[in-house]
Amino acid sequence: MEKMSRVTTALGSSSITGRTMFCHLDAPANAISVCRDAAQVVVAGRNIFKIYALEEEQFVEKLNLRVGRKPSLNFSCADVMWHQMEENLLATAATNGAVVTWNLGKPSRNKQDQLFTEHKRTVNKVCFHPTEAYMLLSGSQDGFMKCFDLRKKESVSTFSGQSESVRDVQFSMKDYFTFAASFENGNVQLWDIRRPDRYERMFTAHTGPVFCCDWHPDDRGWLATGGRDKMVKVWDMTTNRAKEIYCVQTIASVARVKWRPEKKFHLATCSMMVDHNIYVWDIRRPFIPFATFEEHKDVTTGIVWRHQHDPHYLLSGSKDSTLYQHMFKDATRPVDKANPEGLCFGLMGDLAFAVNESLVSSDAGRKPYPGGDRRYPFFSFKKPNPTEQFAHVSSALSVFETDLDSSRMDWFVKTAQLYLLSGKPFTELCDHNATVAQELKRPQVSTTWTMLRIMFSDPAPGPNHSLSKLGSLPLMNSFSMKEMGPESRLERCKGESRPDNVHLEPGNSHISNNNEENEETEGSDGPTEYMFGDAELDDDDLYPMEHDNQTVPEEPVYTLPPEAFQLRHEIIDNPSAPEHLQQDKADSPHVSGNEAEVACLTPIESFSLISISQPLYSPHLHASFFCPIVREMLSHYAERGDVQMAVSVLIVLGERIRKEIDDLTQEHWYMSYIDLLQRFELWNVSNDVIKLSTCSAITCLNQTSTTLHINCSNCKRPMSNKGWICDRCRQCASACAVCHHVVKGLFVWCQGCSHGGHLEHIMNWLKNNSHCPAGCGHLCEYT
Amino acid sequence: MMEMQHQESLGRWDGLSSRDASSRAEAMEFICQEVMRKVEAIEPKKAATPALGSSPNSDLNDILVHLLMLSRRCPFEDVRGRCTQLLRDIQDLGIRIPRPLGSGPSRFIPEKEILQVSKVDASTQAIFEDAFAALHRLDNISLVMSFHPQYLGSFLRTQHYLLQMDGPLPLHYRHYICIMAAARHQCSYLVNLHVNDFLQVGGNTKWLNGLNEAPQKLQQLGEINKILAHRPWLLTKEHIERLLKTEEHSWSLAELIHAVVLLTHYHSLSSFTFGCGIMPEINCDGGHTFRPPSVSQYCVCDIANGNGHANHHDDLLGNQEMCGEVEELMERMKQLQECRDDEEASQEEMATRFEREKTESMLVVTSEDEECVPSRDISRHFEDTSYGYQDFSRRGEQVPTFRAQDYSWEDHGFSLVNRLYPDVGQMLDEKFQMAYNLTYNTMATHKDVDTSMLRRAIWNYIHCMFGIRYDDYDYGEINQLLDRSFKIYIKTMVCSPEKTTKRMYESFWRQFQHSEKVPVNLLLMEARMQAELLYALRAITRYMT
Repeated sequence: MEKMSRVTTALGSSSITGRTMFCHLDAPANAISVCRDAAQVVVAGRNIFKIYALEEEQFVEKLNLRVGRKPSLNFSCADVMWHQMEENLLATAATNGAVVTWNLGKPSRNKQDQLFTEHKRTVNKVCFHPTEAYMLLSGSQDGFMKCFDLRKKESVSTFSGQSESVRDVQFSMKDYFTFAASFENGNVQLWDIRRPDRYERMFTAHTGPVFCCDWHPDDRGWLATGGRDKMVKVWDMTTNRAKEIYCVQTIASVARVKWRPEKKFHLATCSMMVDHNIYVWDIRRPFIPFATFEEHKDVTTGIVWRHQHDPHYLLSGSKDSTLYQHMFKDATRPVDKANPEGLCFGLMGDLAFAVNESLVSSDAGRKPYPGGDRRYPFFSFKKPNPTEQFAHVSSALSVFETDLDSSRMDWFVKTAQLYLLSGKPFTELCDHNATVAQELKRPQVSTTWTMLRIMFSDPAPGPNHSLSKLGSLPLMNSFSMKEMGPESRLERCKGESRPDNVHLEPGNSHISNNNEENEETEGSDGPTEYMFGDAELDDDDLYPMEHDNQTVPEEPVYTLPPEAFQLRHEIIDNPSAPEHLQQDKADSPHVSGNEAEVACLTPIESFSLISISQPLYSPHLHASFFCPIVREMLSHYAERGDVQMAVSVLIVLGERIRKEIDDLTQEHWYMSYIDLLQRFELWNVSNDVIKLSTCSAITCLNQTSTTLHINCSNCKRPMSNKGWICDRCRQCASACAVCHHVVKGLFVWCQGCSHGGHLEHIMNWLKNNSHCPAGCGHLCEYT
Repeated sequence: MMEMQHQESLGRWDGLSSRDASSRAEAMEFICQEVMRKVEAIEPKKAATPALGSSPNSDLNDILVHLLMLSRRCPFEDVRGRCTQLLRDIQDLGIRIPRPLGSGPSRFIPEKEILQVSKVDASTQAIFEDAFAALHRLDNISLVMSFHPQYLGSFLRTQHYLLQMDGPLPLHYRHYICIMAAARHQCSYLVNLHVNDFLQVGGNTKWLNGLNEAPQKLQQLGEINKILAHRPWLLTKEHIERLLKTEEHSWSLAELIHAVVLLTHYHSLSSFTFGCGIMPEINCDGGHTFRPPSVSQYCVCDIANGNGHANHHDDLLGNQEMCGEVEELMERMKQLQECRDDEEASQEEMATRFEREKTESMLVVTSEDEECVPSRDISRHFEDTSYGYQDFSRRGEQVPTFRAQDYSWEDHGFSLVNRLYPDVGQMLDEKFQMAYNLTYNTMATHKDVDTSMLRRAIWNYIHCMFGIRYDDYDYGEINQLLDRSFKIYIKTMVCSPEKTTKRMYESFWRQFQHSEKVPVNLLLMEARMQAELLYALRAITRYMT
C-alpha cells in the first residue's frame, strides 16, 4: 500500500508501463474499478471480489475480499467503485439491495466497513463524489437514489426518480453539486445534491432503458449516454434544453460508456449482449469505430481507463472470467481495413467514383473519360484536424459521364434478340449471327462468327444438307415441349393415356423415357400419376397438327406466348432443383413442368454427334486443334465485358468447346449473361439461354418457382392435396364453365371473376358473348 | 352451378368484418339470400332425413352455426341484429337452429359479469373491431380479457404480429407450433382454434394426425416444446445446438426465436385458458348444440357458472364467513411495509427463505387424484405424454438456481429477441409491463390500496417455482401474502393447467371481484411466459457465445 501511494498522480510519461495482458478470474466479472494511482484494479461479480496489482508483465492477485465460509449476498456485486481520493476506500452495490463500503486499511481479514440496506431492490450503481471523501451515491432498481455520508450510518438524502429502476448515477466531474441519473424508461435526470425534492431537469435520451452515462472529464457540459436502442449519444447540457450533439449507432445495446482521457472526442463502449468487443469511437466519425479490442470471448461487463490522464491503457472485465489490460497500440483499427472507396451510378448512367488519391496516382492506367473528370465543388474537404487521430484519407472523386451513343446498350438488346443459338445447323447459325453482328456494326464479332464457322464446320454440301434435316428433329422436341410446359403444370392425367405414347414418333420417345424416370423418382401416389408434356397428345382436338407437322408446329392461335413461363425470380434457398421438387410434392398442391429435363436434350448434343461422325474438311486440322484458341477468345470477350458473345458462342459450339472450359467459368458466364438479359427484361432470351445451357446449375434455374398454388374455385380455399377434387368442398376444382366437365388440358380463366374452362370453349363463347359463361355477370375478355 | 355459388358465399363471411357499414350490409344481404336458397333447397328432403348433422344438412348447419356465432360475438351491432333475425326466420321455417351450449365465454365467471359485446366503450369497441377484422372472429379469451382493454390491446397486437405479420416462419408452421404448444397442456380449446386456422392457411391435413406426420423440422421442435412446457430449467445449449446445426432440417436462429416465442406464448395462454375456464367457441365442437333445450339437458355449465340460482346462497354465505380475509391480507401487507425497516433478516436467512419457499412449493400438491388421461384427439399432437411438470427442487438432481440479476428480460432477453425478430421484443416488453403493473388499486371492497407488493409476490412466487431467484427479494413475504388455497391455484394453473378446477378458482380470494381475479390470471400467464422465455433465451445466448 505504502509503496503505491508514492506513485505520483501527475502522470509522468514513464510512470505507467505495461503490455497487453490478461489473467483468468475464477468467475464472471460484473464490474471493475481502478485505484487512483493506476496500480491496482478491483474486480467484482456475483462470485468474485478481488484486487489485482497491475505489474509490468502480469496481473498479481493482491487480496480476496470475498471472505467467510458461506459468503452472503452482500458480496454479490453488481457494481464496484474505488474512491479516487481515498485509496483505501471501496464501495460495492449488491444484487440484494445492499450498499457496502470496504476499508482496505482494516487489519482484519474482513474488510467490510459499512453496510447500508436502505434500498428495497438491487442496487445497480454506486458512485463516489470525485472530490468529496465521504459522499457516496447509489442508484437502485426500486427507483430511488440515495446519498450516503460515510460518517453517518444512514443516507442523508433520498432522491425519487418517480420511475422504475435507476440504471446509472454519475457525479459531474466539474460541477460540485450536480449528478446525472439514467433510467430504465429512457429518461435522464439531472439533480442537485442539495435538493432532494425535485430533479433540476429531465429529458428522454433513448427509447428503452438507458444503461449508462458518463460525464466528459474536461468539458463540463457534455454527457454521454448509452442505451438498449444501440445508440451512444452525447448531450450538450449547457443550453436550456439538453441538445444531442453527437450520436453513434452501434450494433448492440450499449452497457457501458467511458470517455477516453486526454482525447476530447473519444469514448469507449461495450455492449450488453451478443457483441463481445470493446469499441473506441471518435464521436465525430460515428460510422466506424476508431479502434476495437477483440480479446474477450463473452460479453464485456466492465471497462475502465487505467489512469485518468493516460489514454493508452484500458482495462476490461468480462463474463468469460478474464481481466484484460489492453494497450491502445495493440488495438485493431477498423479504418485500416475499410475500403475508402465509393462508387455510384447516376440516373443517366453516369458513374461517380471516389477513391484514395494515392491509389489513383499510382494507377496511371485508370484514365477518366475525357472531360469527365470533374471535382464537384460541393465536396469541400475539411482541413485536417490535428486533434483528430483518424487516418486522413483524401480522396479523388471522378465522375465518368457516358456519352449517349456508347452507353446505349441497344446493340446488346438487338443482338440478344436476333442471335440464333439453336434450331439451325451450325454453319447457318454462325452465318446468321455474323450477319447480325455486321448489321450492328460490330465487325470484330462478325468476323469471329465467320471464323468459328470455318474452324468447326464441314463445308461439304451433301452432308450439310442431311445434317440440317436431322438437326430439325430434336429441335421439334424442344419446341413442342416448350409449348406444353404450362399445360403440364395443370396437367394430371389418368394412366389411360399411356398407350398412346407408343404411337409417337421416335423423337418423342426421349421424352416418354424421361417421364418414366420422373415417375419413378417421384414415388407414385396411388393410381393416378403425373404425366408430362406429351400427355396432351390424346386430346387431339387441341393439337391436331402435332403428329404430322414436322417442320414448324406453329399455329398462332394455340401457341401460348412464351411469357407464360418466363423465369420468375430465382429462389435462392432452393439451389438444387430435384430436392425442391420432391419437397414440394410432399406438401403443396402443385404440378411442375419438366422443361428442364427436356432442355438437356438440346439440339446441340445431337448436332455434335452428327458432326463428329462426318468427315472433316481438312483431316490434318482437327477441330480440337482450334479449341485452345477459341477458349482464349471466349475468355477475352468475357474479360472485356461482352459476356454475351462468350455465352452465345458457348451455346452454338456446344459439345465442341464445352469440355475445354471449366464448369465454374461457364456457370459464371451464364449467370452474368442471364442476369444482364433479365435486367433488360429479355425474359424469352434468358429463358432460351437457360434451357440451352449445359450447366446443371443453370438449367435448374428453370425449375425454381415452378410451384403453382391453386385455390379451389368453389370455396376459395387453397387446394391442399394434389388432384382435381378440393378436399373441403368435395367439388371438382377446375370445371369448365361452358361444358361443365373437368378441364384436363389448357385451362384459361378470367383474372377478374376467376371463372374459366377449356381454352377452346372459352374462346368460342367469348366470340359471341361478352359476359362470363358462369353467369356471374362479369364482363370477361379474351385477348 | 348453384352449388358453386353457395360455396362462394363462404367467401363472403369476410365481408362482414369490414369497417364500412354498407359493405357489411351488402355481404349480409348476400349471405341471407344464399342461406334462404339453401334452406329452400333442402326443404323437400327434410322429411326424409330428419337426423341432424346428416350430410345434406351439414353444410347448412355449418353456416347456421357460423351465424349463431356472429349473432353473439360480432362487434358490429348491425351484423348481430341481422344474424339473429335470420336465424329466427329460419327457425320459423321449421329448421332446427343451433343454440350455444353453456353461456358466456367462461365456465368460472358468470356471463353477466363479463362485458357484453354489445355494451362496450369506444376504445374496447375499436379493439374488438380490429381483432374481428384480422381473424373474422372474436374469441372467448379476448372477451374475458376485455375486463382490461388496455392489456387486451397489447395482447392482441402481439398475437397478431406473431401469427399473421411478416416473420421468419411460414404461416402454417406458426399455427402448427401453436397446436403443438397447446396440446402439451391438452388445451383442446386452443388446439381446435388453431387447427381451423392451420387449415385455413393451407396447412396439410396429414400433419394433424400427429407430430410424426409433420416435417422433420417440426418434429425436432418437439423436444424443446416438451422441456419448455414442463421443466424449462433443463433446457441447455446442447438442445439449441441440435436444432441449429447445419443439416437439411435445421432451424435458423431467427426461426427458432419465433418458434420459442410462439411456444411460450401458447403454453402460458393454455394456463390462462384453463385458469379462467374458457368455454369452447360457439362455432367449434362442444360450443353449440342443435338439440332443443330440455330439462334433462339443462346444461350443467349453466348451473355451474352461476347462471342457475343454486349458487347464490352459497356465495352469500361464503362472503359472510370469509369476511375477514381481505382485511387480514391488507393488514399483513401493511405490517410488512412497516417492519421491513426495523427488522432486517440476515443474508443467510434470506437465502434459506428462498430455499424454503422452493421446497414448500413442492409440498403444495395439486390434485393428483384425478389422473386425467388426455383425450386421444389431442394427445396425438405430442409425444411422451408422461412427461409433466416436476418440482424444480427435487432432491437428487441439482440444477443451479437461475439468478434473475444475471440474465434478465430487460437487459438481456429483450436485446436478443429484438435482434433476431425485430419489434417482438418491444411488444413482449410492453405486454409484460402491462400485466405486471395492472392494478386498479382496489382490493375487494377497499379502494386505494397499493397492490404492488402483492403483485410482486405472485410474480416472484411463479418464478420461484421455475427456480428463478431474485437476490433482492425476501421470499418470506410470499408466505405471508399468499395463502394455501391461492398457492394451490397458482401452482396448478402454472404447472399443470389442465387440472385446474372451478373449485380451485373459487376457493382463492373469495371476496374478490372476478375483475380482480382475471388480472391475477394475466399476471400468472405473463410471469410463466417470461420464466420460460428466460430459460430458452439463456440457452440460446449460451449457444451463441
